[in-house]
Amino acid sequence: MFKQLVAAISMSLQTLPQRIGASSVIVIGIAGVVAVLVSVLAMGAGFRHTLADSGRADRAIILRGGSDAELNSNLTRADVDTISNAPGLARDSEGKAVLSSELVTVVNIPKIDTGTDANITLRGVGLELAEVRPELKVVDGRMFHPAVRELLAGAGAAKQFRGLTVGSVLHLRNADWTVTGVFTSNGDVHESELLADVDTVGSSIERNGYSSAVALLASAAEFTRFKAALTTDPQLKVDVQREPEYYAAQSKALTKAINFVGNTVAVIMAIGAMFGALNSMYSAVAARGLEIATLRAIGFGAVPVLLSVMIEALLLSLLGGVIGAALAWLFFNGHTVSTLGGAFAQVVFQLTVTRALIITGIAWACVIGLLGGFFPALRAARLPVAEALRAA
Amino acid sequence: MKYFPLIWASLWRKKTRTIFTLLSMVVAFLLFGVLETVDYAFAHPSGGATGADKLITTNKYSITLSLPFSDTQEIRAVPGVAEVTWISWFGAYYQESKNFVFALPVDTDSYFNLHKDEFIVSGEQMQAYRNTRSGALVNSALMKKFGWTVGDKVPLHSTIWTQKKDGSLDWTFDIVGTFDAKDPTQAGQQASTLLFHYDLFDEGRSFGKGSVGWFEERIADPSQSGAISGRIDALFANSPNETKTQPAKDFALAFMKQLGDIGFVLRAILGAVFFTLLFLTGNTMMQSVRERTPELAVLKTIGFGDGKVLGLVIGESLLLCVIAAVIGLGLSYAALPIIKLGLQGVELSPKALLPGIGAAVLLALIVGLPPALRAGRLNIVDALADKR
Repeated sequence: MFKQLVAAISMSLQTLPQRIGASSVIVIGIAGVVAVLVSVLAMGAGFRHTLADSGRADRAIILRGGSDAELNSNLTRADVDTISNAPGLARDSEGKAVLSSELVTVVNIPKIDTGTDANITLRGVGLELAEVRPELKVVDGRMFHPAVRELLAGAGAAKQFRGLTVGSVLHLRNADWTVTGVFTSNGDVHESELLADVDTVGSSIERNGYSSAVALLASAAEFTRFKAALTTDPQLKVDVQREPEYYAAQSKALTKAINFVGNTVAVIMAIGAMFGALNSMYSAVAARGLEIATLRAIGFGAVPVLLSVMIEALLLSLLGGVIGAALAWLFFNGHTVSTLGGAFAQVVFQLTVTRALIITGIAWACVIGLLGGFFPALRAARLPVAEALRAA
Repeated sequence: MKYFPLIWASLWRKKTRTIFTLLSMVVAFLLFGVLETVDYAFAHPSGGATGADKLITTNKYSITLSLPFSDTQEIRAVPGVAEVTWISWFGAYYQESKNFVFALPVDTDSYFNLHKDEFIVSGEQMQAYRNTRSGALVNSALMKKFGWTVGDKVPLHSTIWTQKKDGSLDWTFDIVGTFDAKDPTQAGQQASTLLFHYDLFDEGRSFGKGSVGWFEERIADPSQSGAISGRIDALFANSPNETKTQPAKDFALAFMKQLGDIGFVLRAILGAVFFTLLFLTGNTMMQSVRERTPELAVLKTIGFGDGKVLGLVIGESLLLCVIAAVIGLGLSYAALPIIKLGLQGVELSPKALLPGIGAAVLLALIVGLPPALRAGRLNIVDALADKR
């Protein structure tokens, strides 16, 4: 039985080049499905990665209670003082909490590709920035100086927005701001932002107070104690979250939407590709009628014949899946795009073709191949031997 | 036309193959129809609040920064401005953050005068709304979604505005009436809307009093929108709150552009679909012509010219593609209501389906031409001798 199977398969594969036209339909059809599926899901994966890589477990973000996002939130100076006295925070040599009080606003700057204005986050940060966010590195130019209108541009933002190179000047609300440098921060969401001194931003938009406070904890385990202290304080009404949790929640809706679109389109395409595969395999079985009948006549069982057709379909679709995933990877992996993120501002991210996505794509390919191969295989196995031999 | 039965018969010569080819093409055209409609909708916001006679004035540097209420009088005095109203972003949800409510504090007189052709509200409920300070008018789709009825008191959570009286983010409204979109194509745009009194909002909030989120204007002559926008912005040039006025439609387009290059993504997918389809259909046509070589030779023997045989094959390809396109696009037309549910706020137009027929004809010519040329050039003697 096993010998028969090997013989039947090798025979079907040897005759494959003669049926190259019909076989290529399976390969190309499935490659198309997988390429689209993997590319679209790579968008979701890239966006999720950018936000998931934002923040550290030992850093907490504090917002006014019920605000959901930094942009809506409002903390007073007194609030921030109370927060910086809470237990569990990392403290510097002078005993001061390692905490950055931040003010987030959104400004319009034209994007390079469309030329139209898009929202970008302008984040006012405290002078403790370097201690709170050690991952932040100025890669071009220098740090901004406090009390003057200077700002740093994130590396992602600099690629997507006009006029964010070192030395260029931005006109924001009746004042000129100079871009003094470009920074990276592990490819996280802050690379899509502009950073400046919090008090300078505050005076520019006439806001007294802050949006949020970002605090480094003495250790990740101190979070519970820190949160408990703040949430039980009757003077405060704040939400305390670990940074990664905050950013993960911001990516959820969009990732879900992208995955929904990707899967729906791919399911529809897969149905089309399956009909294509059925066609090709039926014509393959028809073309090999004589050969299959001969095999059956010399004593090959129905099962090896059935399996040989299925395996041919599977191998072709596997090839299609690999080609499709490779195309997606080749064209789109690392491709930088941006969209409106949860915080009402552009988030710059890269399409990421992950290993999991490649496996998903190839799995889809195999399922399409098996479905498309099964009925033709059944016909091959049931071929009436005498008639098929006579017809030839 | 007299050759139609012949073309029809040759199309169904191998039933299974034709059916499978047809089905996979139908699926492709279904996808084509759906994606084209979505693409069209994103590129053409139209009617209602984005009509050609509507302008929107926002803070020049950021839509999140407010403008002073006192700008109203100056804007109203601009020649060509028929009405101006002011609105703020309330950022509300009901019970859970996933239950987004597009709640807008509006000034009753100017808002309903500006958008007078957009809402259906009964006179009685409108009067009740005017008489109830904490009243709200709610879109009937939103009422249904949350199971609200007129007379209910509903709490909405604002993610931004704390109340002066207790610092709470929860605001309670009395539902006094419902409204529907006058233009059914605007139903999606309005589906999450709840309107309430600006006065209640401005007096109730703990900060930001006297500021507004944005202004909306209706102008008498849409062709003057550029000049009027310029006049409005000139009023506030060099003030701390410079403005940016643009047609509401451009504002909507710019917002959609911010989501990313949706058009590119959709076209890339369609490109992949059609490239695949080209192979599939092309292969079917090639195969079918190759199998019929002797038959075609017979046709030529009995007097069909080269051109006629070529035409027959092209006709067959055309018939296959157009049948598939009509079924596929028909299905996507039937699916429009479902897509509408998922894409609130965009208008879907069957107009977007027309290019699908064009694509079908193009596809038919591309895949039909090589086998047709082959059939046309067929040498009778060689073809008849061909035993396959």
